[in-house]
Amino acid sequence: MYRYDQYDQAMVDARVAEFRDQVSRRLAGRMTDDQFKPLRLKNGLYLQLHAYMLRVAIPYGTLNSRQMRKLAQIARTYDRGYGHFTTRQNIQYNWIRLEDAPDILGDLAKVEMHDIQTSGESIRNISADQFAGAAADEIMDPRPWCELIRQMTSFMPEFSYLPRKFKIAVIASKADRAALRWHDFALRIVRNDAGETGFEVFAGGGMGRTPFIAFRIREFLPTNEIFAYLQAVLRVWNRHARRDNIHKQRMKILVHELGEKEFARQVEAEHAGFLARGANFPQAEYDRIAEFFAPPPFEQGLNDDIDLADPEFAAWAERQVVAHKAPGYAIANISLKPVGGIPGDISAEQMDVVADLAERYSFDELRATHSQNLVLPHVRKADLPAIWRALRDCGLADANLDLATDLIACPGLDYCSLANARSIPVAQKIAARFADAERQARIGELKIKISGCINACGHHHAGNIGILGVDRKGIENYQLLLGGSGDAETSQARIAGPGFDEDGIVDAVEKATELYLRQREDGERFIDTYRRIGMEPFKEAIYG
Amino acid sequence: MKIITGNNLRSGAVVWWTGYDWSLHVEDSIDVGEHAEAVIQREEGAQRVNGAHAVEATRDEDGVRPAHIKDRIRALGPTVRPDLTLKPADPAVGNWVI
Amino acid sequence: MVEVLRLRDGPASEAEPVSLDSFLDDSDGGAVRIEAGDDVERLFPVLDRLQLVEIDFPRFRDGRGFSSARMLREAGYRGEVRATGDVLVDLVWFMQRCGFDSFAPDVPLNPAEVEAALARYPHVYQPAADGRVPVWALRHG
Repeated sequence: MYRYDQYDQAMVDARVAEFRDQVSRRLAGRMTDDQFKPLRLKNGLYLQLHAYMLRVAIPYGTLNSRQMRKLAQIARTYDRGYGHFTTRQNIQYNWIRLEDAPDILGDLAKVEMHDIQTSGESIRNISADQFAGAAADEIMDPRPWCELIRQMTSFMPEFSYLPRKFKIAVIASKADRAALRWHDFALRIVRNDAGETGFEVFAGGGMGRTPFIAFRIREFLPTNEIFAYLQAVLRVWNRHARRDNIHKQRMKILVHELGEKEFARQVEAEHAGFLARGANFPQAEYDRIAEFFAPPPFEQGLNDDIDLADPEFAAWAERQVVAHKAPGYAIANISLKPVGGIPGDISAEQMDVVADLAERYSFDELRATHSQNLVLPHVRKADLPAIWRALRDCGLADANLDLATDLIACPGLDYCSLANARSIPVAQKIAARFADAERQARIGELKIKISGCINACGHHHAGNIGILGVDRKGIENYQLLLGGSGDAETSQARIAGPGFDEDGIVDAVEKATELYLRQREDGERFIDTYRRIGMEPFKEAIYG
Repeated sequence: MKIITGNNLRSGAVVWWTGYDWSLHVEDSIDVGEHAEAVIQREEGAQRVNGAHAVEATRDEDGVRPAHIKDRIRALGPTVRPDLTLKPADPAVGNWVI
Repeated sequence: MVEVLRLRDGPASEAEPVSLDSFLDDSDGGAVRIEAGDDVERLFPVLDRLQLVEIDFPRFRDGRGFSSARMLREAGYRGEVRATGDVLVDLVWFMQRCGFDSFAPDVPLNPAEVEAALARYPHVYQPAADGRVPVWALRHG
């Protein structure tokens, strides 16, 4: 993975010093919170329901054991012994003291981590395929491009106060594990007929209160034009977006108002200007970064067999382990969705165990996923039983990847000051209802996603079953949505009908799955059946 | 009644206005009537509290109960982590917010 | 009278800035004021008539002025570019990088704090209007 050089380290250290100065000005009363808020948000520091919350960037979801141990230490030293992995492959802490925040940033900088641009009207942490560098179906590792774009978009002067947040994703396979087209700007690495590498470019996606799926703005962009193209997109948006209504300032709204064609025309005109003015990154810089992502020294001649004699281990391996590109190796998914637990939460002790496993078995690499799980990307198949035993001993060996209990949930009204309803208790009740392993397996792939308000941090628009919490005269109420997806055939979920209370929504989810089981044809996942039969039969089953 | 809540500037802890100081416990709140704005201005100006605002509440035999669920969760802590609330010994404490 | 903090040498322009429309209509005063929604490209044909462009920030969160300034520099304008309105010391580094070389905000800036803010970051990750060499070039000689 990428390592900082003197330049990167100096920039992050300068950021820590700057924030220390800003915090001390705030505490001394030399800044109001109105002035301080945008500055703290640029460092991922929110004021939440119970305390300050700090969001730490995990660039494109990749981290090593030393970094994970530091995250554990921060949880123990400055928080209450745990952290929460988010749908942007980041981690956040819920109980941070403002006066500690500069020290935390200082600790992060020691392990080449930061919280720069994890909130506010910024270019946010870039998301990527969590199986990057390991997936059997990728054409290359997308992370060198992620890192190059990370650097290009850090402290970008012209775009330091964008109309709203801006989210980028990069993948390099046909299968989409990163919800690509739900991003403002998304790149899929492709090869053209001449064998050259380029980007298929999508723009204008996003969730929130007005969801849009990104449209394909360029079929093939030569990779060496990415810096010009990205600036062109940002400039068109920065200049022409509305600034009078915070809910209408995301790029997706501008794309919608101008129309895809006109937006693309303006981008192409700016792009031509940026190309003509030059000032592009040198190929040598890409090569330098790419070297950090060279495949680890995989052992040759390993056996592909896995001893499945232990039925508990076999159940885990069958569900959590995914094909790796190197013979004898596997990708092991770690579930952060234990039944009864909080989706994405992990204790400091568990972080340490996972860090040890990464160091010992996975070439010191870990990944965070947008589904709020973790991944050991490069493990020998022969080591899987030992890995499973260690995970089981610390409560991380649930076997539910992509099943009904592998829910995405935002923190909701238990933690978040924007939320209208709690998400986590609903997630827990649904998980309890579907906890039976045989039942979950029979239902198969089912992506349930829960948000506690229309900002959609729980990705309800992309849920096969989406749940949106609303406030109805001070009472929590939950709307049911069906048919969303973040995979290669991206689709937006639609509202099924009137909302429910907490127990009612769990029953409604169950009725939807029962209808699916009655209606499905061979090999169909929930989403396939929904696409074939449509909303009406589901409505009837749920409301009839 | 109208009560005032905010977050301690340094720690971020949820606090409630008692008439002369800030308390972690909502039951210490007093009814500020029409004086909320003056208290908020003075306390924010003195860098003691952040995001102070007045909320509606009622007082009954169990103490002060904010009118909105969001404020009741603020007063208690996350309902999904009873161990981290102000009443960690009571596993049914979450029922109070509903 | 608003105080002006200048980062450029030479005498300040005496001209009084007028609106973009007025300037394009009939001004020969040499100074124009760009509001946040104005299209700065309309100035490109007449840049040689200008000594001062004022770019206003109605709220510091309104970042349109960053693009306006950088586009003027890209178009070859060498005169003064002045930021007015809601300008915070925490933004002057970005402003300087986009081509601003004077500041006349509603609330005057402390020159020592401006100096510290401009010196804060030792490197830049990308080229802009200030001619600084990005780290990607430093790394490869």
